[in-house]
Amino acid sequence: MEIRTRMTRPPLHADGVTLAYDKRVVAEGLDVEIPDRGFTAIVGPNACGKSTLLRALARMLKPREGTVLLDGKVIGELPSKQVARRLGLLSQTSTAPDGITVVDLVARGRHPHQSLLRQWSRDDERAVQAAMAATRVDDLALRPVDELSGGQRQRVWLAMALAQETQLLLLDEPTTFLDIQHQIEVLDMCAELHEQGRTLVAVLHDLNQACRYADHLIALREGSVVARGAPSEVVDADLVEQVFGVRCRVMPDPETGTPMIVPAARKAIAVRV
Amino acid sequence: MSELAAIHGRPIRLAGGRVSTRIQPRPLIACGLLALATLAVAVVGVATGDFPVSPGAVLSALVGQGDPGTTFIVQELRLPRVVCALLCGFALGISGTVFQTLTRNPLGSPDIVGFQQGAVTGALVVITVLESGGTDASLGALVGGMITAAAVYVLALKDRRLSGFRLVLVGIAISALMLSLNDYLLSRARIEDAQEATRWLLGSLNGRTWEDATPLLIGCALLLPASLCVGPALRMLELGDDSAAGLGLRVERARVGLVALAVALVAVTTTAIGPVAFVALTAPQIARRLTRSAQPPVLAAALTGALIVQASDIVAQRLVPSTPLPVGVMTGALGGIYLIWLLGTEWRSGRA
Repeated sequence: MEIRTRMTRPPLHADGVTLAYDKRVVAEGLDVEIPDRGFTAIVGPNACGKSTLLRALARMLKPREGTVLLDGKVIGELPSKQVARRLGLLSQTSTAPDGITVVDLVARGRHPHQSLLRQWSRDDERAVQAAMAATRVDDLALRPVDELSGGQRQRVWLAMALAQETQLLLLDEPTTFLDIQHQIEVLDMCAELHEQGRTLVAVLHDLNQACRYADHLIALREGSVVARGAPSEVVDADLVEQVFGVRCRVMPDPETGTPMIVPAARKAIAVRV
Repeated sequence: MSELAAIHGRPIRLAGGRVSTRIQPRPLIACGLLALATLAVAVVGVATGDFPVSPGAVLSALVGQGDPGTTFIVQELRLPRVVCALLCGFALGISGTVFQTLTRNPLGSPDIVGFQQGAVTGALVVITVLESGGTDASLGALVGGMITAAAVYVLALKDRRLSGFRLVLVGIAISALMLSLNDYLLSRARIEDAQEATRWLLGSLNGRTWEDATPLLIGCALLLPASLCVGPALRMLELGDDSAAGLGLRVERARVGLVALAVALVAVTTTAIGPVAFVALTAPQIARRLTRSAQPPVLAAALTGALIVQASDIVAQRLVPSTPLPVGVMTGALGGIYLIWLLGTEWRSGRA
């Protein structure tokens, strides 16, 4: 039996991972824990290794050193379909096949639950309906995906990931290329999923949105973790300057009370320098 | 809900839900009609010619009950030819579907990206340089096709990802290279070798015997069952590498397996009947339009391929009385027209 006093670690974490593409090392010796049932946002400037870290957590990138563990086992050694029933991914690079309908695309999210004999079970049908309802794309079910707007399309991809019915959901820049209305729509959906008990990890560009929606931040700069913790505890002007190199003021968001970053105006910089 | 069933499919569940699938009516009907049409042209192929045989006589000849002359014509002269045509069409249709899906490009098909030309180079090297022929030439074609495929695949990889567009460009370049190499090999060949070699320049079913059909039959017996199970992997890979991996597919392994399978399918057809052009290119596209489904149309493309090859062979045999043309001339002509149409519409829709 486990010793009670031992710190229980969350189901998904990375221990001392060095991440690299061919020769280029992106991050060295990273330790990251994804709080169970939390909403974690990975933030940082461009090319700081945010997406790379997410890819490693989703077992798409094998760490050069160190390990990513899921439920105590090395993620790369688990059967791929088994991982896919535990952890879903909303990728940035998905392409919809020509002419595919919304419902057919969402249905492809059921792949990890299917086999040669079990190709379309009642569970599959129920999960697809539920995923489309949760992302409010059920009205679009029979429309070809290529005819949809960017915001609708992102909701369809989210529905596909939801149809996978995983407790963990990893989202790589889910709001990129969306206008503000659709960004909020997608993030509100993420918040709902979080409230329903899912563990979410999202790479986000907008620090204010990250502070509003996430309850755990991982701030990266040049491949190392600069800060981690609840947004209200870790985000201040110093951190923003350290991570993004931007002078700013941090004040409470009038809507939510979470930290809100207001970058310094150009003139003010000139005065200060 | 009925509209949903028509597009999304009607669920079928057996054995208390342990076995389940969904059937989309339109692809099912399309496959049924294609199978009937293929059967019809196969029967025409066996029954007609210089010595017409009634369908009834064909049947009794097939089961060995007819008169010896008819039985010989049906079983030894016409049947191997039709079997070769159907199997090759079937294999080319599947191979084309796999490649076009992997490259996400209707031009990413084995006949465009040089695999068949590479196979021809292999055969020509055996005939003109090693001065051998027969089975050795077939082996040469197999090796030539495989080497070309490996070269194109490796050159098309970028950061360990397969770029469909790069594969098409690299493939067209390699194809041109192989064509000029083939011309060079032919130009320095002895006249009798050149004659043997011409059989490899255009796909032809003329004079196919059971001896020619045997390697094809063995190859297809091994490859076709595997081919009909590629659907799920193709459906995942279509969504992009990351999404496919996220849905639990081992992307690299699946892709290498699919490429190997598709290349092997082309290789066995090329060794059996030579480089039949444009079937792998056109069959999946026609099948997709017939099934009107977003799923890669593996079975429908296989049937379409068989239909195209067999129908083309009948036309090629009869078009010029007294001079049967190689089937590759017909499929090439059909495919050429199709290609012009494809490029025209793709350009108009601004995608090519």
